[in-house]
Amino acid sequence: MPEIQNFTMNFGPQHPAAHGVLRLVLEMDGEVIQKADPHVGLLHRATEKLAESKPYNQSIGYMDRLDYVSMMCNEHGYVLAIEKLLGIEPPERAQYIRVLFDEITRILNHLIWLGAHGLDIGAMTMFLYCFREREDLMDCYEAVSGTRMHATYYRPGGVYRDLPEQMPKYQKSAKRSAKEMARLNEAREGSLLDFVEAFADGFPARIDEYETLLTDNRIWKQRTVNIAVVPPERAMQLGFSGPMLRGSGIPWDLRKTQPYEVYDRMDFDIPVGVNGDCYDRYLVRIEEMRQSTKIIRQCVDWLRDNPGSVVLEDRKITPPRRIEMKDDMESLIHHFKLFTEGYCVPEGEAYAAVEHPKGEFGVYLVSDGSNKPYRLKVRAPGFPHLASMNEMVQGHMLADVVAVIGTQDIVFGEIDR
Amino acid sequence: MAGTQLTERYSRLAETVASRFGERLSRMTDSPGELTYVVEPGSLLECCRELRDDESLGFEMLMDLCGVDYSQYGHDEWRTEGATATGFSRGVFEAAGDDGQPLDMAGAAWEPPARFAVVYHLLSITRNHRLRLKVFCQDAAAPMLDSVTGIWASADWYEREAFDLFGILFRGHPDLRRLLTDYGFIGHPFRKDFPLIGNVEMRYDPDKGRVVYEPVSIEPRTLVPKVIRDDARYESGLKDGGDA
Repeated sequence: MPEIQNFTMNFGPQHPAAHGVLRLVLEMDGEVIQKADPHVGLLHRATEKLAESKPYNQSIGYMDRLDYVSMMCNEHGYVLAIEKLLGIEPPERAQYIRVLFDEITRILNHLIWLGAHGLDIGAMTMFLYCFREREDLMDCYEAVSGTRMHATYYRPGGVYRDLPEQMPKYQKSAKRSAKEMARLNEAREGSLLDFVEAFADGFPARIDEYETLLTDNRIWKQRTVNIAVVPPERAMQLGFSGPMLRGSGIPWDLRKTQPYEVYDRMDFDIPVGVNGDCYDRYLVRIEEMRQSTKIIRQCVDWLRDNPGSVVLEDRKITPPRRIEMKDDMESLIHHFKLFTEGYCVPEGEAYAAVEHPKGEFGVYLVSDGSNKPYRLKVRAPGFPHLASMNEMVQGHMLADVVAVIGTQDIVFGEIDR
Repeated sequence: MAGTQLTERYSRLAETVASRFGERLSRMTDSPGELTYVVEPGSLLECCRELRDDESLGFEMLMDLCGVDYSQYGHDEWRTEGATATGFSRGVFEAAGDDGQPLDMAGAAWEPPARFAVVYHLLSITRNHRLRLKVFCQDAAAPMLDSVTGIWASADWYEREAFDLFGILFRGHPDLRRLLTDYGFIGHPFRKDFPLIGNVEMRYDPDKGRVVYEPVSIEPRTLVPKVIRDDARYESGLKDGGDA
């Protein structure tokens, strides 16, 4: 018999299933993977170093660009860390708004995960379905912050502004008939909260649609069941969090176990998997979307009944209103100081973690008492997940690599930072 | 103020740690509502193993590991006295003290004992608590620590990252390669003496028909100078209900 040597294969960085710029060097024995060595850093922008050169508030926008499919959750982690050091707590309404948008973000993230994961392993339709629902949620982002993705909406001490009373509507155009326009604008007649509620009413039925396509689908199961099984002890060793940890059967969710904002007042359940394979992680994420819808509904009800301030009135940290600046010297000075120098944060260090759609998103801040962070470290949930790639794909086929990348919900914005 | 005091859960943990480790872990008090301990490099592995295996501590997860370069801790870039009238940059000076002026160290109260530190964030899922460990590297020229990959597998990439960005070496790491920077990169970019804009830039050279590296052509600029201001509102006496 001739001697057969292992074959080294390069996967990515220009590969549609690599979810961005992942370069995987695979050592193959036939079609079976012996070793996988991910090469990352192609999207490294030194976000943390950039943040060290700017006043605290100017880096909120960078956080959106970390995990660019769950923007507001990244901001949340950063803002919480600053608030911890400053020793401030945002008004109750701001906390509810944050929870509302965290959950909207979770659905946004899981939708693009489901679409891309489906597309990667052969379910083309999912991608189109998921983007249909994403559109509505992006509109919520736009209504509240003015941008569809990189919102910069959360601020230390609250959120940038209150929820709008009116939803932006589709305008007349040559490409759109009057009937089509009326259909699109139907849910947009009321306020943002009405729009979100209408979404929450219709969304569970949409999740049912996804499940009809996938959950009992023979091909889907062949591609995911018993692929990349991670036992619970190993998941903890590898530093897993979020759906990756829960998929292995560990009921750990920071929203329940270490609640922040008003999550302790919310009624929701934590889904956990049994086998720790790709299929279980799929089921966990699908159920999380249902639970998020439930939280969104509770937030909408509370926010309707409780108007109020959405940001602290502490002028050393949050800028004064435009109207106040017109005839008040003090306000003008506060505004000038905040936008030229920022605020100084007391010396010390803090670690704030939120339950990001992908897992634990932590921000470690070291302050030496100045107006810029001395050191900022972002604990990206995807980082330890990708680090375990070698372990998860060993002994699987080449095609399963794609399923594993999908199940890890890899986004390079946060891994490379 | 909310969250500055230790909760009951963490006070108990602090007691447990104090009784188990005694002198080996010394507590730092500058993190509101959190527990930070400094450990000597020599006893790092032994302490980590105990933190993981002791039933009442149970830190089975290493959530984060990162390097910190303390070389410019407490230095500000804004000279409030003796500035001339030459425009915005009159008061800005580089933190490295390029004009021969002594650096202003009046800002920070705490003085770091060494240049490099590695910070470990531990989490216990069974006991639901967190703890932060900090190790200062004794030798600033060649900082080296023991690798904790044998205790928590997740340390693998985190240590590679700390090595890449700060040049901290981890003894016993199975595969200490650069992680985030380019192939063939020189230097450790997150060190405070590494310029924000880097040292080299890259472009495609049509004559040579390949990508070339050149020294950076843009000049570094301070957009907002770093300042450290005393703020009476954060004095400990006032903070804990002084104005109540």
